[in-house]
Amino acid sequence: MNSTTLRDPRPEDPRALSRLPDMREESVVQVRGLVKRYGDKTAVDGLDLDVRAGTVTAVLGPNGAGKTTTIETCEGYRRPDGGTVRVLGLDPVADAAALRPRIGVMLQSGGVYSGARAGEMLRHTAKLHAHPLDVDALIERLGLGSCGRTTYRRLSGGQQQRLALAMAVVGRPELVFLDEPTAGLDPQARRATWDLVRELRADGVTTVLTTHFMQEAEELADDVAIVDAGRIAVQGSPEELCRGGAENTLRFTGRPGLDLGSLLKALPDGTAAAETLPGTYRITGDVDPQLLATVTSWCAQNGVMPDGISVERHTLEDVFLELTGKELRP
Amino acid sequence: MNTGTPLPTSAGTYSPRPGAAPVGRMIAAQTALETRMLLRNGEQLLLTVIIPSLLLVLFSTVDVVDTGAGKPVDFLAPGVLALAVMSTAFTGQAIATGFERRYGVLKRLGASPLPRWALLTAKTLSVLVTEVLQVALLTTIALALGWSPHGNPLSVLLLLVLGTAAFSGLGLLMAGTLRAEATLAAANLVFLLLLVGGGVIVPLEKFGAAGDVLALLPIAALSDGLRDVLQGGAPMPWGDALVLAVWAVLGLGAAAKFFRWE
Repeated sequence: MNSTTLRDPRPEDPRALSRLPDMREESVVQVRGLVKRYGDKTAVDGLDLDVRAGTVTAVLGPNGAGKTTTIETCEGYRRPDGGTVRVLGLDPVADAAALRPRIGVMLQSGGVYSGARAGEMLRHTAKLHAHPLDVDALIERLGLGSCGRTTYRRLSGGQQQRLALAMAVVGRPELVFLDEPTAGLDPQARRATWDLVRELRADGVTTVLTTHFMQEAEELADDVAIVDAGRIAVQGSPEELCRGGAENTLRFTGRPGLDLGSLLKALPDGTAAAETLPGTYRITGDVDPQLLATVTSWCAQNGVMPDGISVERHTLEDVFLELTGKELRP
Repeated sequence: MNTGTPLPTSAGTYSPRPGAAPVGRMIAAQTALETRMLLRNGEQLLLTVIIPSLLLVLFSTVDVVDTGAGKPVDFLAPGVLALAVMSTAFTGQAIATGFERRYGVLKRLGASPLPRWALLTAKTLSVLVTEVLQVALLTTIALALGWSPHGNPLSVLLLLVLGTAAFSGLGLLMAGTLRAEATLAAANLVFLLLLVGGGVIVPLEKFGAAGDVLALLPIAALSDGLRDVLQGGAPMPWGDALVLAVWAVLGLGAAAKFFRWE
């Protein structure tokens, strides 16, 4: 659990204001009851997923939960054993030829000739598209300038990841699928990737990404879908997920023996208050700005200076572990 | 002023503007890339350029193999041309494609606007470009060694194309079904066995009765057919052409059916 001040985890990019609001309500990825089996193992078991246009959707889940299978079905690599998948209104398998120019794909690993130079491979990918981005600018943007002539097998893992990301966006797609885009990146490279995803979003590109990093989902995603055992355990904005289910905590210290009964009367139902140590108070429930204001004004009425006031909001990690369990996956 | 991270790109840079390039341009780009990959790879060059050139020079100038009547180079040049086709269309293509499959290159290209048929077209064109370079080099060396070719160039061309189709089918079949490491080992082994037992430098008659069976190998049909035309000035050797055509149909058919892209 993370002790933080109340804040919006995703500062809005000012450029986002130019986006048409109604565009975001359209579903660009629509998965209904997806089933995918490999032999007798069911990788995806009745999964529903919606991705709204112009948003960033993070698909979270433990290893083997079915994230990659779901993404790769949307990309047209896998034929569903059950259910339907529509991407930009198209069937990813039957309409592959129409869909592929419109999407950008970053695989979890590989995808590049081991003897190809980074710049050469990106330039080649650009040539497969009608209106590609400026390759040199993109290389600079992702900090790959120093390795333009380095062959793929000699790039570091982080450089390989960034090249794959560049290849996914160079064709100016409407929708990009990024499978663990920041796995193995150092913090600077991770930030650079996040910035790029934010810029894509600001320019109206829809992004679907899978990740193990809760912070990544909190930082980037408009929507988070937590996948477990081949199904969506929960989907919603990070705020909704952190608020729903798990309770949040507010702590402060004051003089011992305060009458918590009068405080509780002022607070919504379902809120609990306790003096855990003499003079140390804990309030649990749906901690929102209104509740914080109620507590501080109650303190003011009672002449109490609430020292060390802190709010512990549930992080996505808490929600994630609550839903998927804490034991290690095979 | 900004030293570390690059400045954010201006608004609208990434605004969607999707679309596939014209298919001809995609094929040209893919062919150029595949050919560069092939020519940049040292192991591939050893197989496709250095070994055929060395064999041609060595056995033309040092009398270790009985190549029958006439100049050794007149016997060897057609065999080495057949070997060059096999090294590129079969061995080189199998190994390269096997590792492309292993490293997800084929998978990633599968999500690009490049259709599969266009990828295969580009691979074939890249093989043909390489073969043109090989034939030019080996012909130059052979002529310098005193080679005097005969026959109709069109017959030679047809045999080379049929041989390329036969070896490509077998190479892609291997690359698309075996693990990359297995393909690497098997493709090299087959190259070596066919080099020795396929009438490239050792005449098939040396193998006695087994020679009749070996004659049905694609490498034997190609080197024998090329030799009939280039050394003997014979008209189109339809028997050898038929053997190559059957291998091509079987190999390409099996590759189309069993090739796994991932």
